[in-house]
Amino acid sequence: MSTNQPLLQVNQLGVQFKTNDGLVYAVNGLNFELGRGETLGIVGESGSGKSQTVLAMMGLLAKNGTATGEVLYKGQNLLNMSTHEINKIRGDRVSMIFQDPMTSLNPYLTVERQMTEVLELHKNMTRKAAKMRAIELLEAVKIPEAARRISMYPHEFSGGMRQRVMIAMALLCEPEVLVADEPTTALDVTVQAQILALLRDLQRDFGTAIIMITHDLGVVAGICDKVMVMYGGRMMEYAKSDDLFYRPTHPYTIGLLGALPRLDSDAAELVSIPGNPPNMNNLPKGCPFSERCTHVMPHCASDLPPLVEIPGGEGRWRACHKAIADIQVNVAGEVQHA
Amino acid sequence: MPDSNIILSVKSLKVHFKVKDAKGWPWTPAKTLKAVDGVSFDLRAGETLGVVGESGCGKSTLARGVLNLIHPTEGEVVWLGQRMDSKDAVAWQHARKDMQMIFQDPLASLNPRMTIGQIIAEPLRVHYPELSMTQVMEKVRAVMKEVGLTEQQINRYPHEFSGGQCQRIGIARALILEPKLIICDEPVSALDVSIQAQIVNLLKDLQKRKGLALIFIAHDLAVVKHISDRILVMYLGKEMELAEKHALYDKPSHPYTRALLSAIPIPDPQLEKHKVIQLLQGDLPSPINPPSGCVFRTRCPQAASVCAEKLPDLKVVTEDTQSSCLFS
Repeated sequence: MSTNQPLLQVNQLGVQFKTNDGLVYAVNGLNFELGRGETLGIVGESGSGKSQTVLAMMGLLAKNGTATGEVLYKGQNLLNMSTHEINKIRGDRVSMIFQDPMTSLNPYLTVERQMTEVLELHKNMTRKAAKMRAIELLEAVKIPEAARRISMYPHEFSGGMRQRVMIAMALLCEPEVLVADEPTTALDVTVQAQILALLRDLQRDFGTAIIMITHDLGVVAGICDKVMVMYGGRMMEYAKSDDLFYRPTHPYTIGLLGALPRLDSDAAELVSIPGNPPNMNNLPKGCPFSERCTHVMPHCASDLPPLVEIPGGEGRWRACHKAIADIQVNVAGEVQHA
Repeated sequence: MPDSNIILSVKSLKVHFKVKDAKGWPWTPAKTLKAVDGVSFDLRAGETLGVVGESGCGKSTLARGVLNLIHPTEGEVVWLGQRMDSKDAVAWQHARKDMQMIFQDPLASLNPRMTIGQIIAEPLRVHYPELSMTQVMEKVRAVMKEVGLTEQQINRYPHEFSGGQCQRIGIARALILEPKLIICDEPVSALDVSIQAQIVNLLKDLQKRKGLALIFIAHDLAVVKHISDRILVMYLGKEMELAEKHALYDKPSHPYTRALLSAIPIPDPQLEKHKVIQLLQGDLPSPINPPSGCVFRTRCPQAASVCAEKLPDLKVVTEDTQSSCLFS
């Protein structure tokens, strides 16, 4: 699906944090690309490095964090830009929706002030023109009585409404890339359905490319073209969403799909993944999933499986020592079970 | 229908709170927030009742009202044939030996200054003070083994454990008294999918072995479907539907249940991208000032003028389903 030049290309992205216990490698060796109007899903459990990946891309890492590798936006590397240069891109061409709509808006400023600020800064609009535009977008995200509600403070909005404000704010400058970090995790399912429908419509109307971080595989299934599965700061599998759901090749992906309770099945028992998520301070030398993997082989814990493209897999990547054929014999059984 | 298996029977339970209006004058009388407003259900021994609904619909307040952790405003709670709502604290403490609870936030519900052994032993020491330390510790070890913790962990502190393990500790603490009923208040919503599956499997397994009755509160309908026998759907403190799980998922009778079910994302790209979602408009109304008549009518796609006038009661629709919609 990729066109001649991808909008965003990430090469060997890594994130390290200096902590009292030494360097922690939160993200290692990520490669992916995003074309115009595409949606990429990043899934993984808490602590797998999903959020740090996008924070690193946006230059928003905590003070003790450093990012290595390349994040090319239209050929320019975002990682070695000065703050002044990156400020022209982020919020304007690449913008972000944060997980918690309760805490990511400034409680001291009205919604109008927070929204017009963006336009005044990036587009040199007058306050008045900026306000008109802001109202337009609040209407686009279906906030009733937008013209009146724009002068309210964030606490006067409900959780779902606040997330709409966040989305409207991210879309103000018609960005080419929208990074959504768990945009619906804090919301109820009925509100989640509203927000997802909204994102789908906006993508259709504005042609925005979306990076969607989530731990909910159902959300991924509904909205994403491609999916990257992360575990312990590494990419485990990268595939088109249909391939990933119907023909998973990595033991962790298979485990995740099996562990999911589903409305449309009556399985007596969920196939759980044994053990606990890894401690990022103390990862195994080899595959981070080796401690919990049902297909583990003796050398998995010591040799890191390289991320390789599957021949003939249409841009599909995986990092596992075990051959696909050996796993898929079992997959068929497990998938039927799930 | 009288049923000798019924261990808990709740009849039109109401939990109301008085709240001060933030914008009112200091002398403005307090308003009533109806967190739970007339909920009734029966629970049989060894059965799992799932309670679902959006945040703020009164699920947790219902659980606390049933256990008298919050004193209910009105209604009956009948536990093992005895009316409990008029009983004093001593009688309740005695009864709670058989009714335990597991909380949502696994780490916050464990005292950080107590070791795992002390935490799990505490219910025993309260209810059976005559047991010797060796007897207590023997029981603690046995129950730890049952929930998948190892004996070496007995002297550790809660912060040394991951979320899933903390939830196992919470379950061990609830199990040690060998209760007849455990109320689980969103026990898995703070956990990752792979850990969630472990805990759900553990609860199902324990229930099968010990014949426990569970009240399982959650907002994730897929998890609830997996573990429950019957499901109670709540909205704004009221019961919308109470049905056997297959009946509820195959033929939801209340419009709210239908909307709730269609909103759940299915982890299957073809199904998910082509399904028809019944989107609800707007937000949950304020429970301080709920709509007249049916509380769901402001967001209901089927609402008619009669819905604003008549307060619908839960009525029997089919053998397996009770619904409070006038049109079902």
